[in-house]
Amino acid sequence: MAVMTVLEAVRTALGEALDADARTFILGEDVETGGVFRATEGLKARFPGRLIDTPLAESSIVGVSIGAAHYGMRPIAEIQFADFIHSAFDQFVSEASRWSYRTRGESSLPMVVRTPWGGGVHGGQHHSQSIEAYYTHLPGLKVVAPSFPADYRSLLRASVDDPNPVLFLEHKRTYRLIRQEIDGAAAETVIGRSRVTRRGGDLTIYAYGLMLHESLAAAESLSAEGIECTVVDLLTLLPLDVETILETARNTGKVLIVHEDTLTGGFGGEIAALIAEHAFEYLDAPVRRLAAPDIPAMPYAHAMEAFFMPDRDKIATAARELAAY
Amino acid sequence: MTAKERRPRSKETIDQYLLSEQQLEEMYETMLLARRLNERMLALNRQGRAPFFIGGTGQEAAQVGAAMSLKRGEDYLVPYYRDLAMNLVFGMSAREAMLNLLAKKDDPHGGGRQMPSHWGVGSRKVVTGGSVVATQLLHAAGIALAAKMSSDPIVVLTCCGEGSTSKGDFHEALNFAQIHRLPVIFYVQNNGYAISESTEKEMPIAHVADRARAYNMHSASVDGMDAIAVYQTVKPAVDQARRGGGPFLIEARCYRLGAHSSDDDDSRYRPKAELEEWTQKDPITLFRRRVETDKVFPPEELDEIEERVTAEVQDAVEWATNQPDPAPEDALGFVYRE
Ligand SMILES: Cc1ncc(C[n+]2csc(CCOP(=O)(O)OP(=O)(O)O)c2C)c(N)n1
Ligand SMILES: [Mg+2]
Repeated sequence: MAVMTVLEAVRTALGEALDADARTFILGEDVETGGVFRATEGLKARFPGRLIDTPLAESSIVGVSIGAAHYGMRPIAEIQFADFIHSAFDQFVSEASRWSYRTRGESSLPMVVRTPWGGGVHGGQHHSQSIEAYYTHLPGLKVVAPSFPADYRSLLRASVDDPNPVLFLEHKRTYRLIRQEIDGAAAETVIGRSRVTRRGGDLTIYAYGLMLHESLAAAESLSAEGIECTVVDLLTLLPLDVETILETARNTGKVLIVHEDTLTGGFGGEIAALIAEHAFEYLDAPVRRLAAPDIPAMPYAHAMEAFFMPDRDKIATAARELAAY
Repeated sequence: MTAKERRPRSKETIDQYLLSEQQLEEMYETMLLARRLNERMLALNRQGRAPFFIGGTGQEAAQVGAAMSLKRGEDYLVPYYRDLAMNLVFGMSAREAMLNLLAKKDDPHGGGRQMPSHWGVGSRKVVTGGSVVATQLLHAAGIALAAKMSSDPIVVLTCCGEGSTSKGDFHEALNFAQIHRLPVIFYVQNNGYAISESTEKEMPIAHVADRARAYNMHSASVDGMDAIAVYQTVKPAVDQARRGGGPFLIEARCYRLGAHSSDDDDSRYRPKAELEEWTQKDPITLFRRRVETDKVFPPEELDEIEERVTAEVQDAVEWATNQPDPAPEDALGFVYRE
């Protein structure tokens, strides 16, 4: 019986990956002492020479990983906070995501970039961001965003083994908050598959990261009121599990997409478009999105942060309205 | 008889400092205020009254000596998150510092929209910045470019830590500024660490100042624990930049006496002996010892300053605590300028 937090699951998977494949190594800021969230704690002693503290320069962390992956190593990079990844955006957009395509598959990049994302930690504008909307616009890259410890563990392993570049998003608020009995728990091992976490006939909620947990909490309380929700844990954002999304949308006829990123241009728009395009005849209500308001970034002060973040109450309210439609 | 009248003035020593008596007093008082504020802020964090704290303990001399080299109200300061003492020089009060820490509605540095220690007040010529390190160095170059194009005789001083000099933005800023001979001082506070990484992991050179050579830029490396030495190094560089002599890279060698932030446990990576060694070089203790030895101020006067500062901090906490918090919907404003 092993209960793991998200953080422990990540740390476990990293240790397993280093153990399983001598080509793997970890690089990033402060990783040798365990990193600011302690995801790599203890690994330096177990795997001498395979953790590299980098200079404070994210573009170099990703760019150097590209070179090492091209050579045949399997770098696992850590970007300390997702908010600081953007100086490496060019390396993702112009390089990593196109590597296989422009070499006609002759060369690919078996690399993972892990990064903590998301809010609710009083991190203010630069320690709370959702970055998925920018990076899911890059075919050639895979973007994984689990919610439960067992999936964190198995999908991080799958990401390391994948021959393509993977951006692996770890919701920092859930690191110590979410625990799970990991033995026998459902663990997705395939990148690109979603999971129906709860079945209910009235509507479907789509979410990932912290919002998945908030959605499950909302679904639980709605059930007591007689509203039954299907909840889909998206797990991988790119490539999307279109089949599961459409199947659940068709089954329930009402859909609510939840994310903590801002609304306009947010990832929810893609899911909404898919459903509108391919499940239109099955819909009993307009597609509903619940997201943060369109302001530049998450504010720091408590009241404004709470206002910004969707949560179980806001989800329940939106779901009730939708159910009553 | 007041302490001031009793003072055995030592005019030559004061002249040697290149600082007036009044400036020396300001130097001491500002360093001390920054220190006491930071101590109190950390305590408030530990009491659960402030979710986040990041401070400049150990860097007060580096900050005060440099900021006092600028013309307040005219020159621009583009600071980084440890520069509480610089902001105090530029007109921030203890009350305002606490408003910022507690993310109160009337905090002039964004009213709770950013983490504390992300300062910026346009009217004071302190330029807003985010948390992404080194981005501000380019803004500083841009301000200096605009000033030069406008024949405005100002100087821009911008700060970062030594770890941040690894970023491309740092190198791009120096390159741009030197090509155009801009009136900007790149002021790097080398405190020995970037979170857990000591300088050998951050760069292959011993002195940040050596980076200037790649850009054909003037540079200096100064003992950042000595406020007077800092002033004596930065002031001529500022004067030279103002006269059109171009940019300067200045490294202040100091030490982060505290943890990186309230979320950091520095015992995980920092040798105790090293911390103890640097504690012996505490910039405020050093300053006090020096002015006492040189008989610039009698000890009673320094004690008076100490009392004044303590009272100011106490008042600031009490006052700021009772100021209003932002309302939830305040989050929506100012996305665009109307
Ligand atoms: C681009 C970027 N990457 C990572 C961080 C996280 N971070 C905040 S401060 C810091 C260390 C900065 O070290 P240094 O520049 O030496 O300044 P110091 O904190 O020592 O004053 C890091 C890595 C950040 N703020 N920005
Ligand atoms: Mg430093």
